Amino acid sequence: MKKTLKFAAYAAILAILPFATGLAFGKTWVRILDFALLYVMLALGLNIVVGFAGLLDLGYVAFFAVGAYCYALLASPHFGLHLPFWIILPIGAFAAGIFGMLLGAPTLRLRGDYLAIVTLGFGEIIRIFLNNLDTPYNITGGPQGIDLIDPIRLGSFSLNQPTSHTVYSYYFLFLLFALATAFVSMRLQHSRIGRAWAAIREDEIAAEAMGINTRNIKLLAFAMGASFGGLSGGLFAGFEGFVSPESFTLTESIMILSMVVLGGMGHIRGVIFGAILLSILPEALRYVGPLEQSLFGRIVVDPSSLRMLLFGLSLILVMLLRPAGLWPSPARKRELLAHGETAKHENANIYDAGR
Amino acid sequence: MDTFLQQLINGIVLGSIYSLVALGYTLVYGIMGLINFAHGDIVMVGAMVTLTVARLLADSGLPGPVILGIGVLTAIPACMAVGYLVERIAYRPLRNAPRLAPLITAIGVSILLQNLAMMIWGREYLSFPQIFPAQTMAVGGASISTIQFLIIVSSAIMMAGLSRLIRKTRLGNAMRATAQNPEIATLMGVHVNTIISITFVLGSALAAVAGMMVSAYYGIAHYDMGFILGLKAFTAAVLGGIGNIEGAMLGGLLLGIIESMGAGYLGTLTGGVMGSNYQDAFAFFVLILVLVFRPSGLLGERVGERP
Repeated sequence: MKKTLKFAAYAAILAILPFATGLAFGKTWVRILDFALLYVMLALGLNIVVGFAGLLDLGYVAFFAVGAYCYALLASPHFGLHLPFWIILPIGAFAAGIFGMLLGAPTLRLRGDYLAIVTLGFGEIIRIFLNNLDTPYNITGGPQGIDLIDPIRLGSFSLNQPTSHTVYSYYFLFLLFALATAFVSMRLQHSRIGRAWAAIREDEIAAEAMGINTRNIKLLAFAMGASFGGLSGGLFAGFEGFVSPESFTLTESIMILSMVVLGGMGHIRGVIFGAILLSILPEALRYVGPLEQSLFGRIVVDPSSLRMLLFGLSLILVMLLRPAGLWPSPARKRELLAHGETAKHENANIYDAGR
Repeated sequence: MDTFLQQLINGIVLGSIYSLVALGYTLVYGIMGLINFAHGDIVMVGAMVTLTVARLLADSGLPGPVILGIGVLTAIPACMAVGYLVERIAYRPLRNAPRLAPLITAIGVSILLQNLAMMIWGREYLSFPQIFPAQTMAVGGASISTIQFLIIVSSAIMMAGLSRLIRKTRLGNAMRATAQNPEIATLMGVHVNTIISITFVLGSALAAVAGMMVSAYYGIAHYDMGFILGLKAFTAAVLGGIGNIEGAMLGGLLLGIIESMGAGYLGTLTGGVMGSNYQDAFAFFVLILVLVFRPSGLLGERVGERP
């Protein structure tokens, strides 16, 4: 009974949230909410690779791009194809999964930071190809990208009609997908596969000795994480109606990684929190310009650079104050605390001897 | 043949710059196991300071190399100070934190430095004053300019010096000991914290010189120039085997040569399908290929997972 009440309360809050936001801050902020949900999906997808399986991926945005371009190519005048979204989204997720395996296969032997640089390179390669595949045949539209992408339609109901409702309709669609993603993540974490990922993360050799097929399990992590990214990419393309390589830079990958780590790696609630926080913070910091104006009566420093400066500063401060993330999983917190105590103890003995 | 030689020279010049920056990454990584994402931005600070000094002195009538020398002598202490502060504030408190925590602070520092630079120097591209005569020497059908020559010679001298420092001096010994095992090094009387600070400062000094070279060579500086340069240099360090000094030098040179060869020949090789706009993709592709066959880089040792 209590559980049902709690559930109903959450559902009510999530349902009212966009309208309340729209009334209080205007539609721009509902749009920011939409993007926050998209980032929740992306962060949860990356969390599978980084948080669950412990494989550092710096090129995650490539899978987002694959999903987005799949949607763009199959539902726009570019090739004259107009498939419905419920066919394209699975295709996009599947294609991204394949790319995930493509990336995973040659990098299985690599560890830690070597893996990081290869994934980073992979992300850049995808972006460079998207940027240049307009010659000799125009496939991706080059730097201009692809526009006039069909909106997401349910039967004869288009989410873009009427235009005044667009941000609200997409909010509920994205909310649905984000919740589904969170649910799948949660189930995955406690499944046999999830436990295998955790085992690989903690100690690969021991995991192998326990009979885990590390190769397949790692590939699965890449493919799963990638298909989440591909799915969000498709939704992004339908929402924006326009894709270009600009949206899929390394900065974006780093941003998603920051969400995962800052929120609390491997902890689903923490990751969701991190994604929402980091997608809202830069937007909220846009108010520093007006704030400066009202405080000093004039613009003292360029507000856009001040905004990003504060963003960088908050990344540093949060990590300094909470190295395990803002909301780490209880188990990890215990582990870290114990580890931290011993480390502190050892340091007191060794590093600072006589100083 | 002329194109080949010319691209080789361009590649070596570019590679020398990459090597200097890659050394900064590799020094820090070797000692702390940390990817210092902000290193590229320290190069940017070096470029900006040199450029500012060069602009101030451009009309003073001093010869080009002297101006550049004054510029770099200003940039080196500036970058050293930035490097020291960054280590002290953003990395030292996280010495025992989870592995990805310092990565995020490094990203934060990178964003911070870029935006500070934007506040100080503005968001426009700044051009380097014309202090060098556009004089070139002919080398067997190809040409090499004064600045290219200077870059190759000075980076060779610096790398030889660094190699000697690491191999022969007491400081180098202490650095290598810290890299192998900080705790045992402490027992042997090494002040680990001091050594780590010195490593950062040393890497930053190299970054300052690299910054001077980049801005003088390309004649331009910009607040976010450090990002892509740092990325390339990091790639070079990994290519050679991260943590390995000679590896960074080799990786940098190789990456520079691969890139300029890619720019020169990719078009003809693929029948015009892929032009020089694919040169970055080509460089990353080579990197992935190398790592598939040598997972620890060209000169890296096979090591187990870090504890």
